[in-house]
Amino acid sequence: MKNKNHLRWSEFLIQTLIRVLGFSSIGFVLLIFLFLLREGIPVFFQVSPTNLFGTRWYPTFDLFGTLPLILGSVLVTVTAIVIAVPLGVTTAVFVREVAPNWAREVLKPMIEVLAGIPSVVLGFFGMTLLAPFVRETLGFPTGLTAFTGALILAYMALPTIISVAEDALDAVPKSYRDAGLAMGATQWQTIWRVVVPGARSGIVTAVMLGMGRAIGETMAVMMVTGNAARMPLSLDSIFRPARTMTATIAAEMGEVAQGSVHYHALFGIGILLFLLTFIINLAAATTIFKKRRRGGLR
Amino acid sequence: MKRVLMQRVGFVLLGLLALVVVLPILLVIGAIVARGAQAINWEFLTAMPRNGMKEGGILPALVGTLLLTLGTAVAAIPVGIGGAIYLSEYARDTWLTRAIRLAIINLAGIPSVVYGLFGLGLFVLFLQFGTSILAGSLTLAIMTMPIIISAAEEALRSVPTEFRTVSASLGGTRWQGVRNIVLPQALPGIITGVILGLLRAAGETAPILFTVAAFFLPRLPQSPLDQTMALPYHLYVISTQVPGMPADVQYGTALVLLALVLSLNLIASVIRSYFRRRREW
Amino acid sequence: MVTDPAPKIRIQDVTYAYDDAAALRNVTLDIPAHAITVLFGPAGGGKTTLLRLINRLNDLVEGTRMSGQILLDNEDIYAPGVSVTDLRRRVGMVFALPLPLPGSVRQNVLYGPRLAGLRDQGRADEILFRSLNQAALWEEVKDRLDDSASALSGGQQQRLCIARSLALEPEVLLLDEPTSGLDPISTAKVEHSLFELKKDYTIVIVPHSVQQAARVADHAAFFLMGELIEHQPEKKLFTAPQKKRTEDYVTGRFG
Ligand SMILES: Nc1ncnc2c1ncn2[C@@H]1O[C@H](COP(=O)(O)OP(=O)(O)OP(=O)(O)O)[C@@H](O)[C@H]1O
Ligand SMILES: [Mg+2]
Repeated sequence: MKNKNHLRWSEFLIQTLIRVLGFSSIGFVLLIFLFLLREGIPVFFQVSPTNLFGTRWYPTFDLFGTLPLILGSVLVTVTAIVIAVPLGVTTAVFVREVAPNWAREVLKPMIEVLAGIPSVVLGFFGMTLLAPFVRETLGFPTGLTAFTGALILAYMALPTIISVAEDALDAVPKSYRDAGLAMGATQWQTIWRVVVPGARSGIVTAVMLGMGRAIGETMAVMMVTGNAARMPLSLDSIFRPARTMTATIAAEMGEVAQGSVHYHALFGIGILLFLLTFIINLAAATTIFKKRRRGGLR
Repeated sequence: MKRVLMQRVGFVLLGLLALVVVLPILLVIGAIVARGAQAINWEFLTAMPRNGMKEGGILPALVGTLLLTLGTAVAAIPVGIGGAIYLSEYARDTWLTRAIRLAIINLAGIPSVVYGLFGLGLFVLFLQFGTSILAGSLTLAIMTMPIIISAAEEALRSVPTEFRTVSASLGGTRWQGVRNIVLPQALPGIITGVILGLLRAAGETAPILFTVAAFFLPRLPQSPLDQTMALPYHLYVISTQVPGMPADVQYGTALVLLALVLSLNLIASVIRSYFRRRREW
Repeated sequence: MVTDPAPKIRIQDVTYAYDDAAALRNVTLDIPAHAITVLFGPAGGGKTTLLRLINRLNDLVEGTRMSGQILLDNEDIYAPGVSVTDLRRRVGMVFALPLPLPGSVRQNVLYGPRLAGLRDQGRADEILFRSLNQAALWEEVKDRLDDSASALSGGQQQRLCIARSLALEPEVLLLDEPTSGLDPISTAKVEHSLFELKKDYTIVIVPHSVQQAARVADHAAFFLMGELIEHQPEKKLFTAPQKKRTEDYVTGRFG
C-alpha cells in the first residue's frame, strides 16, 4: 500500500499547482496592462493633450495627434462590420436553417479554413490581387484604400460572426419554430419573424466579437490600406488610403529609439487599443455569461 | 402560391450569399497554390536566401517558425491545460472564477500587435531576453493560452459528470479521477484545441515583429536567445519592404505558410471527427 | 439472526438542503450491521440524497447545507480530519444506472484497488475473481475480462458495478435502485447475491419497487418528502405498518 501521507502531499501539491495555473490568466491580463502602462504613461506627461488628440500624426516633427489614427481604425472597422454582419448572419441562417446537408458539410470546413488563414497571407493577397482589382474596376488612383482593408477585414471577422450567430440560432427553442409554422407561416417567414429575432442577443454578441476582432487586426490592414495618416472627413475617405492604430504601432515600433517620446506614444496607442477591446469584449461577455452549476446524480 | 415562391427565391438568395462568403476563400487559396507551386522545389525549402532574398530558399524562416511554434507549445500547453482543468474540475462558482473567465475572454480579444508591445516591454526589455526566440515564444504562448484553455475546458466538460462521481465513490481523489478518467477521455478534444492554438501562433506576425523576427539572417539559430527569421514576417518583408522582389518567391513563401497552417487545421479536424465517432458515451 | 447491539451506521437528526427546500428533514435512523436495510418511498423522498450522504458523495455538489451527524462505527464521518477517500473505500456505492468506466471489465473491477495502491498481479487476479464471483458475474465474463465494459449487457454492467464496489472489500454497500434497468432474471441474480453478501457486509438499498423492498428487507424505513415516516425491523413495515401513510403506500393506495 502506498504511503498515505505521500498521497495527501502529492494531491495537495497538484491541487495548488492547478489552482495557480487557473489564476494565471488574471495575472497575465494584469501584467499586460501593467507593462503597457509602464511604457505608455510617460507620453501623457511629455506631450500636451492638445497635441495628443490633435489631427496630425507626424512624429518626426513631434506631432503626435492620434485622432486620424483612431478615426482610421473606426472607419475601417465600421465599414468591415457593415459588410460582414449581413453576410455573416445570412450565412449562419443558411447553414443552420436552410442548407441541405451536403452544403453544410462544404461550408463549415471552408469557414474554418478561412479562420485559419494567417492575416499576413490575406494581406499579401489583398496587395497583389485585390488592390489592383479595386483600382481598375472603381477607377481610383490607388487600390490601397480603407475600403480594400475593410473588405479583407470583413472576411477575417466572418468566421467569428458566423459561428457565434450559429450558436445563437441553435439556442432558439424548437417550440418557437413549431409555433411559427403552426400559425401557417412559411419556413421563410418563421425564420425572419421568429427565429432570428429570438436569437437577437446572441447576434449582437456575434457583432461585437467580430468588431473586437476587426479593430485589433494588424498585418492585413497595414498591407492594404495605404497607411496615410489623414483625417477621414470627406465622403470619399473610404476610397482613399487610411491608417489604423494597429498599423501605426506595427509599422513604426521597429524604427523608434527605446525611451523616446515616439516610443512611449506608440505604447500609449497600445493602451487605448487594450482598453477598447477590453470594453468591447466585456460587453460581449456579459451577454454570454450564464451561471453554471454542476450537480450530482439524481 | 406567392408565399411559397417568395420562400424559394429567398432560399436561393441565401445560398448565393453563402457563395459570396465561400468563393473568395477558394480564390485566395487557388491563386496562392497555383502561383506558389511553381516556385516551390527542394532548394526553395532547404537553402538559405541569397541575393537580397530574391534567390535561394526560405530555410531559416521555415526553421524559425517551427522553433517558435515548438517554444509556444512548450510554454502554452501546460499552462493552458492546467488552467482548463482548474476551471472545469476545481473551480467553484465564485466571483474569482468569474474574474478568471473574464480574463480569458479579454486575453482572447487583445489585438496581436498589443501582445507584441507587451512582449517587447516584458520579455525583451525588462527581463532582458533581447529580441530572441525565447521572448517571441513566450509572447506567442500567452496569446495562444486562451484558445487552448477554452477548447480544453470544453473537452473536459463534455466528459460525463458520472465518471467523476464513480471514480470518487471508489475512493479516488479528485486528481486521480481527472488523471485516470477525465483527461484521457477529453484528450482528443484537448489535442484539437492545442493544434488550433498553435496554428494561430505559427501564422501570426504582429507579436513577433518586435520580439524575435529578423529581417534577414541567413543562418540557423543556435540558441533560444538568438533572433530568427520567421515565415509570416518574411512574407511581410518580401512583399512590402524589398523592391523588385520576384512574384514567384512571394507566392512560394505564402504557399509554404498557408500549407503549414492548413495542414495543422486538417490534422485537428481529422482527430476530432475520428474520436467523436469512436467514443463510447 | 443475531442482531448486533451496536448499529453500524447511526444517522442522527440529519437535515439537508440543496438550494432552499430541504431534501431531508430531521432524519434519525440506525442501520444494523450484517443486514439489508431498505429505504423506500415515493420519488423525491430523499433516499438517494441520504445514501450519498453516507459516503460523502454529496461533497461534490456545490452550495448545500447539512446539520446533524452521521456515525460509522460510532465515529462522525463529517468530523474534521476524516479522510474522505478512506471513508469511500469503506462505504461502497452502486448507482441506479450502470455506469461502467471507459476501459475493460478488468480495469473497471481493479480501478478502486489500483488507486488504493494495489500493484501485485496475483493479488489483483484474486480480487478480480472474488468480486466478480460475489456479484454472480464471473461465469458470464471470465472469457471477456479484457473486452470493453460497455460491450456487456445492461444487467451484466450493473453486476459489474457491484463487483467494482466489492473489489475494495467495503464494510458497507449502498445500492441505489440497482435493478431499476434490469429484466426479472438479472434482478433475481442481483437479489440473490445480496443475500449472500449480507453475511459479510452491511447493506443499504433503495429498491425499485415495494415488492422488491418486501422481498429483501431485514429492516425497512419509509421516506416521504424528506421525512422518515417510520422504520421497523424485519418485514413488519409491510405486514403491520404503524402509520397510515406507510400503509397507504405499501398497499398501493398512492405512490
Ligand atoms: N443535485 C441536486 N441539486 C438540487 N436538488 C437536488 C439534487 N439532487 C436531489 N435534489 C432534490 O432533493 C430532493 C430529494 O431527491 P432524491 O434524489 O434524494 O430523492 P429520491 O428519494 O432518491 O427520489 P427517486 O425515487 O426519484 O430517486 C428532490 O426534491 C430533488 O429535486
Ligand atoms: Mg433516487
